[in-house]
Amino acid sequence: MATVTAEQVEARVVETLASFGPDADQITRDSTFEELDIDSLDLVELAQVVEDDYGVVLKGEDMKELKTVGDAIDLIVSRAE
Amino acid sequence: MSAGADSTVPAAAGGGPMKRRVAVTGLGAVTPLGVGAAPLYERWAAGECGILDGAGACTEFEPSELLSVKEVRRLDRFSQLALVAAAEAIGDAGWEAELPYDPFRAGCILATGIGGIQTVEAQLDVQRERGAERMSPLGIPAQMPNAAAAAISMKYGLKGQAFSVTSACSSGAHAIGCALRMIQYGDADAVVVGGSEATLTTFGFGSFNAMQALSPSGISRPFDARRDGFVMGEGAAVLVLEEASAAEARGATVLGEVAGYGSTSDAYHLTAPEPSGEAAMRAIALAMADAGIGPDEIDYINAHGTSTQLNDAAETAAIKRALGEERAHKIPVSSLKSATGHLLGAAGAAEAVATVKTLVTRIIPPTLGYEVPDPECDLDYVPGEARPLVLSNGRPATAISNSFAFGGHNVALVIRGPRP
Repeated sequence: MATVTAEQVEARVVETLASFGPDADQITRDSTFEELDIDSLDLVELAQVVEDDYGVVLKGEDMKELKTVGDAIDLIVSRAE
Repeated sequence: MSAGADSTVPAAAGGGPMKRRVAVTGLGAVTPLGVGAAPLYERWAAGECGILDGAGACTEFEPSELLSVKEVRRLDRFSQLALVAAAEAIGDAGWEAELPYDPFRAGCILATGIGGIQTVEAQLDVQRERGAERMSPLGIPAQMPNAAAAAISMKYGLKGQAFSVTSACSSGAHAIGCALRMIQYGDADAVVVGGSEATLTTFGFGSFNAMQALSPSGISRPFDARRDGFVMGEGAAVLVLEEASAAEARGATVLGEVAGYGSTSDAYHLTAPEPSGEAAMRAIALAMADAGIGPDEIDYINAHGTSTQLNDAAETAAIKRALGEERAHKIPVSSLKSATGHLLGAAGAAEAVATVKTLVTRIIPPTLGYEVPDPECDLDYVPGEARPLVLSNGRPATAISNSFAFGGHNVALVIRGPRP
């Protein structure tokens, strides 16, 4: 797989989360999933997108630790390397 | 009102002999006649038909204009319809700012015949095309038949009993009967209740067509000799029911009363009604007994009237047996399905909403398209145009609303209009 940049992952994560409900301009690296009203079902959908796009498999125990959008981006980038 | 003399109904909770009365304080609907309870009733009464190309679709319903992105994504169409109908009913009841009851004393029963079939179809495509591991985590919570009840309960903080009931085309009426009992018995002080259905898909049409249940002509004309099957529709309808004295104490506008409920089963055939109408007759008789009234106090019947040969004949027989031949011929009978098609699990709720409106306005909408009499259907089906509901004395206008279903499930509701 070609190298994935953090910027690419961030853009994809923000786009995906925005499709779940929150406004895109409301979503930053520091946003918590709680304040965005993103719940465990949304995160499973995000994980499916991530697996399709980057081949990164995120399991339930991985997702449980994620509090912010930045946490998710960092995890995906680290696994994609 | 019966003072608990009816031995078929146990005494109310708290040990009192009186059943608690149940007021209707809010109405909401999304139907082929438009978004709202007013267009449902007013367009029907004006003789307008919402059926187009053999289907009763909610063409004016735009989910993205009425619901949040999250609600649209997470809810199957049947729940989207229900949530919009519930919002109208709750606003109509004056509950928008604040729930006027202890949340644990407020329930929600939202019926559906089929549930989230559009979600099932879409996820089946995903499973076949991309594999089971790519199916959505939202599939089950969207398709489950209780999804609409859950969505309404969460949105409005209703923490009492919330669930769905399912009995095909009687689902909506069964829901209202359950809600009535919950309040009568003291299990709840208020219930948001209704039905919803969204089955206008290739799979839905294919399945009903395979049974030869749908009208080849695409015309819904209940009780007419030319009737040739039902026209499938979609939609949702919701009523807010409250214990009557609590509704009055908080100054609610009382639109009417759900006064009686009766339900029986044919135990006869999976899809065909038992032709003598005996079990259906008993449902009507039970509902009248529950309300403590007799045939002379019925001013109007909102028929199940599906436009199938079998239903309309059996329903006519049941009405005549329940009310007596002479009285039955004097009572106007009309079918909403002539204007919307058959909303399946939502039908009983939509018809209850239309019946309340009929009793409030005292204008009886007609059975649209009824022209050619059938010897087996010989009642007054309100042909042509709407007519005034005539009251014989000072009591509230009173109606029966019938629902009969595949599976042989019969429900009759007695609904009263506002007190004069």
